[in-house]
Amino acid sequence: MPIEGTAIRRRREFIGQPSSPWRPVDFREVWEYKELLYFFVWRDLKIRFKQTILGLAWVVLRPLFSVVIFTAVFGRWAKIPSEDLPYPAFILAGLLPWNFFASGVTQATGSLVANAHLVSKVYFPRLFVPLSAVVSAVVEALVSLVLLLILIAAYGRVPAIGAIVWVPFLLFLAMIISLGVSLWLAALNVKYRDVGAGVPFLVQIWMYATPVVYPLSLVPYPFSWLSSLNPMTGVVEGFRSALFKSPWPDVPFSCSVIVGSALFASSLFFFRRCERTLADSV
Amino acid sequence: MSVPVIETSGLSKMYRLGETTARRSALRLRLAAAVARIRSGLGAEVAVSAPPPDPTFWALRDISVDIAEGEVVGVIGRNGAGKSTLLKILSRITEPTAGRFVMRGRVASLLEVGTGFHGDLTGRENTFLNGAILGMTRREIYRKFDEIVAFAGIEKFIDTPVKRYSSGMYIRLAFAVAAHLEMDVLIVDEVLSVGDATFQAKCLDKINEVSQSGRTVLFVSHNLGSVQALCTRALWLDGGRVAASGSVGAVVSKYIESSNRSTIETRHRHRASEEPLAIHVVVRDANGVPSLTLKPWEPFDIDIVFNCRERIDRPSFWIGIDSRFGSLFAASMLLDGKRPSWVEGHGTLTCHFPRLPLLPQTYTVWVGVKDASGKRDLFAGEPVTMFSVVGSARDYRFEGEGADALLDRTCPLLLPYEWRYPDGTVASPDWTDVPTMTLPAEVR
Repeated sequence: MPIEGTAIRRRREFIGQPSSPWRPVDFREVWEYKELLYFFVWRDLKIRFKQTILGLAWVVLRPLFSVVIFTAVFGRWAKIPSEDLPYPAFILAGLLPWNFFASGVTQATGSLVANAHLVSKVYFPRLFVPLSAVVSAVVEALVSLVLLLILIAAYGRVPAIGAIVWVPFLLFLAMIISLGVSLWLAALNVKYRDVGAGVPFLVQIWMYATPVVYPLSLVPYPFSWLSSLNPMTGVVEGFRSALFKSPWPDVPFSCSVIVGSALFASSLFFFRRCERTLADSV
Repeated sequence: MSVPVIETSGLSKMYRLGETTARRSALRLRLAAAVARIRSGLGAEVAVSAPPPDPTFWALRDISVDIAEGEVVGVIGRNGAGKSTLLKILSRITEPTAGRFVMRGRVASLLEVGTGFHGDLTGRENTFLNGAILGMTRREIYRKFDEIVAFAGIEKFIDTPVKRYSSGMYIRLAFAVAAHLEMDVLIVDEVLSVGDATFQAKCLDKINEVSQSGRTVLFVSHNLGSVQALCTRALWLDGGRVAASGSVGAVVSKYIESSNRSTIETRHRHRASEEPLAIHVVVRDANGVPSLTLKPWEPFDIDIVFNCRERIDRPSFWIGIDSRFGSLFAASMLLDGKRPSWVEGHGTLTCHFPRLPLLPQTYTVWVGVKDASGKRDLFAGEPVTMFSVVGSARDYRFEGEGADALLDRTCPLLLPYEWRYPDGTVASPDWTDVPTMTLPAEVR
C-alpha cells in the first residue's frame, strides 16, 4: 500500500498526558473529524427505520398522532384557550420545537452507554456520540415543519414573513439548549445510570412546565416569571409568535438565549472533563 | 538517529477497583448528607460517615520507552500485566494518570476486529461506517472500496445485512477494512486469536507487509511464536512495569525462563525441604538456538537443565509433548530403560529429535523425574515450556483445497502413509525429500 501524503502526516504530533480538568471540548479536533458526524447521523437514521414496514412514514405519523391526541385532550375536553388560533395549529407549533429538544435529550442521554463498545475500543472525539443523537432529531423537526405549514395553510392563514429568519434561528437555539442538557446528562449517565432511568420523567415534567399545550398568557403573574427562566419557554413562545404574528415574548426569549448559552458552555467543560476517562467507566 | 515515533516517559495508569458500586454508594451518601444538612438547618455540619476510599491499583507504572520508525514491537507478559492498558493509552482511548507520551504520525489501532459494525446494516454500509470510525475519510473509503471487498472475498454479499453473514465472512470484512487504513503506526491487540487459521495467516501477512513498508507496529499477543516470527523487538511487561525490552529473541527467552523459574519457585516454596532437584527446560531449533518456533521436519532439541541437591542414582527422566487435542508423545526412560547410572550437581540432559513430524500448532512440553525405584517423583510431571510449529500446507506437500485452514484443526502427528486405490494405483504426498516420511521401496 503506498502511503500518500505521508510527509505531511508525519509532522502531525500528538502529546498524551493527564490533561487539565478545566478545558472545553477541543473544537479543532471536532472539525477534523467532522465526517464522522455525518456517518453517525446517517447510521442513527438508517437503523431507526430498518425493519419497519412504514419506514420514513413514521416521521410524518408521529407528530400527526400527537396533534390528534393533544387536540382531543387539551383542546376539546379541557378547553385550553389557544390565543384565537385553531388548536391543532397551536399545538403543533408548540410540539415541533419541544419534540426536537426532547427527542434529542432522550436519545443523547443513553448514547454513550449504548455505544460503549465503540468508546472503549477506538478513539474519536466522544462529543460526536451525543451530538449525532441531537442532530438526528433535525430530520423529524423538518418534516413536522412541512406538516405545520400545510396545517396553517389549511386553516386559511399565512405565516409571517419574519418566520423565514426566526424559525431556523429558534430551531438552532433549541438545538443549543438540547445539546447543553444532553452533554451534561450523557456524561452523568456514564457514572450514574440513574440518570438514564430518570430522563423520561424529567422530559415529561419539563414539557408541562413549558407552554407547549397551553399559552404562556394563561400562567398567572409570579409563575410566568418563573416560567420565563425555563430556556424552552422562550423557544416555544417565540416559535408561535414568529409564525402567527402574536406579540414577541421579549423576556422569555432573552432568558432563553442567556440560560441556553450558559448551559451549553458549561456542558462543554463538563463533558470534556468526563471524556478523558470515559472509556474506563463506561 | 531520527526522532522516535513513539516516546513515552513515566507513563502510569491507576484504576479504582469496584468503581461503580463505590461511586453509587458515594452518590447516595452525598445525597443523604445534603438532606440531613437541610433538615438540621442550613450550614450545620452533619457527621456522615464518608464512603470508604476505593481500593486502587496501578495497571501501568512508570513506562518509559522509545520506539523508532519501522520497529515492530511485540508486547508480551502475563494476563493483567498492563499490555492492553498500554495500547489503550497510546490509542488515546483513555488518558494516563501520570506521565506523558508523544506520538508522531497517524495511528491506526485495531483493538478489536469489527468495531462499530452494526448487524442491521449491509456490508457496504458497514464498510463506510467502520472505515470512518477508524479514521478514514469518505473519499479514501470510496477509493479503496473495491479493493476492500475483494480482499474480504464477499462481493456477492456486500448488500446483505451483516447479521446474516457467517462469522468468517464478518471477520474477513472487518479485517479488510482495517487492513486498508493508511497509517504510520499500527497498534494491534490480540485480534489474531479470533478467526480460523487462514484468517490468522492473512492477518500476520498483512502486519508483515505493514512492517516491510517501514511503518511502526505495536503488537500484543499471547502467542510467543507469532511475536518471534513478526517482531524485531519485544517489550515485556510485568505487574505494569517494563521487565525487559530489547531484541525479540533475548526478551522472549528471558520471559520464558522467568515463567519456568516462577513455577519452580512456587514448587520450592511449597515443598522446599523434600525437593531434590530443580529443573528448567529449553527448546532449541535446528541451529541449536533457543527458540519457541520450530519448522516442520527440521531437527530440534529439548534440554533439561537440572540442579541436584545430592547425587541421584538411576533416575528416570521423561518428556511429554501435548497438543491441544491431548497427549501426543512421550520419551520416557521408564519405558526405554535408558537411564543414566547417576546424575549430580548442575548439568544438562538433552533429548534430540532428528525430525519434527508435527503440524503447525502450539505444543506444551512436560517434564518429570522419578527415582531409582521408578515410583517416587523427584520432580512431578508438569508443563514446563511451550513451542509452536510454523509452516504452511506447502511445507507438508499437502495439496488439498483449504488445507491451510485444516492444519489447525487436525490431529497434528504425522506418520508416513500412502493411498492404494481399488485399481491398484498408489498416491501419497510427495515426501521424497523427507527421509523419515518416505516408505522403503520394499514395502511396495
